[in-house]
Amino acid sequence: MEDIDAIAALQDPVRRRLYEYVVAQGREVGRIEAAEAAGVARNLAAHHLDKLVESGLLESGSRRLTGRSGPGAGRPAKVYTRARAERTVSLPARDYRTAAELLAEAAEEAGIDSALGAAARRRGEALRGPSAPEGLHEAMELLAGRGYEPYLEGAGGADGPAGQVVRMRNCPFHAVAESFPPLVCGMNLALLEGLLGTEGPVRARLDPRPGECCVALSKNNVH
Amino acid sequence: MTVSPHAAHLAQLNVATVLHPLDDPRMAPFVELLDPVNAAADAAPGFVWRLVEDGAADATGLRPAGEDVIVNLTVWESREALWDFTYRSGHLDLVRRRREWFLRHVQAHLVLWWVPAGHRPTVEEALERLAHLRAHGPSPRAFTFASTHTAAEAAEAAGAPGVTV
Repeated sequence: MEDIDAIAALQDPVRRRLYEYVVAQGREVGRIEAAEAAGVARNLAAHHLDKLVESGLLESGSRRLTGRSGPGAGRPAKVYTRARAERTVSLPARDYRTAAELLAEAAEEAGIDSALGAAARRRGEALRGPSAPEGLHEAMELLAGRGYEPYLEGAGGADGPAGQVVRMRNCPFHAVAESFPPLVCGMNLALLEGLLGTEGPVRARLDPRPGECCVALSKNNVH
Repeated sequence: MTVSPHAAHLAQLNVATVLHPLDDPRMAPFVELLDPVNAAADAAPGFVWRLVEDGAADATGLRPAGEDVIVNLTVWESREALWDFTYRSGHLDLVRRRREWFLRHVQAHLVLWWVPAGHRPTVEEALERLAHLRAHGPSPRAFTFASTHTAAEAAEAAGAPGVTV
């Protein structure tokens, strides 16, 4: 399916609510849960979820949600996650990805990581606005607006709010970050340091995990 | 019985020319990262083996490729395992700051190749693969992350009549 057709499948408001809910969970979501979250009947949710799979926006699998197995465990339930493929539409056609890959390749060969970091830091500062975010929730809004899909980890833990860490499910620079990890992750860290400030209450640091953004945020009041 | 998916392991060599001796204060942040990063490697999913100098904690004292060139030689169960450790763990910060401590290499400084599971590559073997990559570009015999070949391709290339690999 063409990207434009896949994206057009989201025009239906129920379908879009279901898609956004599944994506935001960062894990497999069953039909019942998705139906409740979107406020629609189970059959309607199932129909739209399967349409999203046909469009290539979601992937489906089956799993026993109860955790039981063997006879009596019941039929496996259908579960949905976001598809890995990227979908983009640009009208008129633009190809910034090839430009980004070529620039990254040249920057890598020239060894100009620090110049790239400096440019990224300046951009982050320019995007920041009048003041750096005061807390993690404010920082999360900023990150969400830039496509990072932030979520809070460690909420309600033994260390209380001081132990909370903001992680990000999405890397907005995914394709170039996979090809040139140290260069692009360094750029991303510098961009976020510029955006959040290095002297303010919220600090960005490199803490990569498989499948997520390379940066994590925490409050700077631990000491 | 089917062939084990782990019948082949991925060997990795990278070489880095240090800007200063390791006891120089400018290298201290790198030296401080060595133990935690090596411990993370040892505990990483899919880690098999790394070269360690006799009586030492790592291989930084071995200088088989030149007085100021440190080598890192490891074996992993898969490309994904090596990738995740290299770029999706605390090791990423070390490579991000590589320009602070190491000379920029014009030639390839990292080489990957498949070995039979259980095989421990020697430094000589590893340097020969790096030389092959530098001389001939990526191939099933010696490749990079950006130009990965499967173990099957490597076996086929090695077994192909008339082809010297």
